[in-house]
Amino acid sequence: MKDINDTSIPRTHPIQSATFTNPINAEIRRAAATGIYDIRGGGAKRRVPHFDDLLFLGASISRYPLEGYREKCETSVTLGTRFAKKPIELEIPVTIAGMSFGALSGPAKEALGRGASAAGTSTTTGDGGMTPEERGHSDKLVYQYLPSRYGMNPDDLRKADAIEIVIGQGAKPGGGGMLLGQKISDRVAEMRNLPKGIDQRSACRHPDWTGPDDLEIKILELREITGWEKPVYVKIGGTRPYFDTTLAIKAGADVVVLDGMQGGTAATQDVFIEHVGLPTLACIRPAVQALQDLGMHREVQLIVSGGIRTGADVAKAMALGADAVAIGTAALIALGDNDPKWESEYQKLGTTTGAYDDWHEGQDPAGITTQNPELMARFDPVEGGRKLKNYLKVLTLEAQTIARACGKNHLHNLEPEDLCALTMEAAAMARVPLAGTQWYPGKTDF
Amino acid sequence: MQTFDLETHSLRELNATLHEQKDNTNQTSWEVINARGSHAIAVGLDAPIEVTIKGSTGYYCGGMNKQATINVHGSAGPGVAENMMSGTVIIEGDASQYAGATGHGGLLVIKGNASSRCGISMKGIDIVVHGNIGHMSAFMAQSGNLVVCGDAGDALGDSLYEARLFVRGSVKSLGADCIEKEMRPEHIEVLRDLLTRSGSDAKPEEFKRYGSARQLYNFNVDNAAAY
Repeated sequence: MKDINDTSIPRTHPIQSATFTNPINAEIRRAAATGIYDIRGGGAKRRVPHFDDLLFLGASISRYPLEGYREKCETSVTLGTRFAKKPIELEIPVTIAGMSFGALSGPAKEALGRGASAAGTSTTTGDGGMTPEERGHSDKLVYQYLPSRYGMNPDDLRKADAIEIVIGQGAKPGGGGMLLGQKISDRVAEMRNLPKGIDQRSACRHPDWTGPDDLEIKILELREITGWEKPVYVKIGGTRPYFDTTLAIKAGADVVVLDGMQGGTAATQDVFIEHVGLPTLACIRPAVQALQDLGMHREVQLIVSGGIRTGADVAKAMALGADAVAIGTAALIALGDNDPKWESEYQKLGTTTGAYDDWHEGQDPAGITTQNPELMARFDPVEGGRKLKNYLKVLTLEAQTIARACGKNHLHNLEPEDLCALTMEAAAMARVPLAGTQWYPGKTDF
Repeated sequence: MQTFDLETHSLRELNATLHEQKDNTNQTSWEVINARGSHAIAVGLDAPIEVTIKGSTGYYCGGMNKQATINVHGSAGPGVAENMMSGTVIIEGDASQYAGATGHGGLLVIKGNASSRCGISMKGIDIVVHGNIGHMSAFMAQSGNLVVCGDAGDALGDSLYEARLFVRGSVKSLGADCIEKEMRPEHIEVLRDLLTRSGSDAKPEEFKRYGSARQLYNFNVDNAAAY
């Protein structure tokens, strides 16, 4: 037996496994202790190729820039020009993604409406129906049509400014959802026609149609009910973006909403969030290719979501061909989610600022992802709305700054040619040249 | 009686005309001819009018109906009366898949048979089927009553919430968490009323009641095999 006190013999340094890391081992122990997979909110946390792996080239001698603060760079976008009698006109190309009343508190939904309206953009309902405060505070409100149909009714459908048929979302393409019983207050239960306190499952497929041919008829029905006034969006999770975008267009969508794996959810299995779907960056070019192949680019608008954080992300998504972007997680952070001022309370919940993702448990110290009246009272919807408006303005200003530097007088004029990639992976996914070269993987004619 | 011919007028014209009818309309009786399996006939109505459709309909006839009475003199395609809020939809023939899906209220009567997923995710609607229903009917049904005068297919009431299911004939199999329950006097009265209103001469005492065992209402790993 080795004598551990014998210092004359060099010792092997303890090496941590790169495969069985401490977080992995902790999860194995947690699973062994509980017998239940981990459920959490948010999107993919793993590092994947993202907008950070792209750079703008900016203007120089071969291109000339626009003067910042002097020459205009437009930001408006019109959604739903294909069939809707009343397309949506937005002042900025950043929209608020669908998040349910139930997952979020009523005041948090109100704040999203206030902030979006003040910034000249739209907000979106979620898997729980439309609340009066959300409708009342949202100048432009997109009504989600989800598999569960919780709270779905024709009156609210007609009150909406657009209808978004949700096929899937980036955090869990192919999966349904679950709102755990502890978040089912009397009001949430009533809106969803279910008893208080029980887990509310959201189906992964729509109950009354399957496949793209049926979807076309479903869109027809919704247009007939609403007099062909409202833009119909189709939201898909990023998995096979070329084919799914093609089918959504074929089915009659006015707008395609494409959500990558960094897009958040209120709750699902961690294994689903981290191991199913495509990074947002990998989704955009195939979807744009589908639009172009059908002659529908800019005729059917593309909204991209999943990991949009900065004006640079907005500009990059648009340069790759998106007409607009949607934010969810970033909007919650702007409202105050994961704010360091609640660190001591995050610690009590066994987590820390920036890592808190147990939104489904309803104990959010910031009072945003909860139905607990005491916690909800911590959140001021007026102040939250103001912060969101500020953040949306900054996103827009940042995107304009970049667009002007690239010589563009509208964000929509940004193009792939304005970009280069820092990594081979990003070059392949975004189909823009590796920095300093004219080549990207798969390109043969350079 | 106003007659609307779908051979000479468009679906858009039909629905727009029906949507123009308000609570106090004098034009309370409508007839639609040459339906010929068209989709989305008489969807989104919101007035106490009577619409009789001559011939069979395609998808989503009577979808999201409020107040109106819609009578299909033929068979109905998938999703008839989907998400109905109130009113009555009567199908003289058979109904395809998803009949009454997610309906919140009102009465759907199918005098023939209904296909699979009848009453899927129903949220308060009452459905009476004079014939048989297909598999996976009342899947995730939340509330309301599903009455089947004939037989039910496989996996009836799978993952059921609080909807009540009444079947007179055989049930091929019950879905997860769906069990036979005691038929109490209040259930007999509910059933009698629904049978009377739907024009069935079946006797309430001939039915069995099925409902949720409520074992899947809150996630429990010991029930993993049922999820």
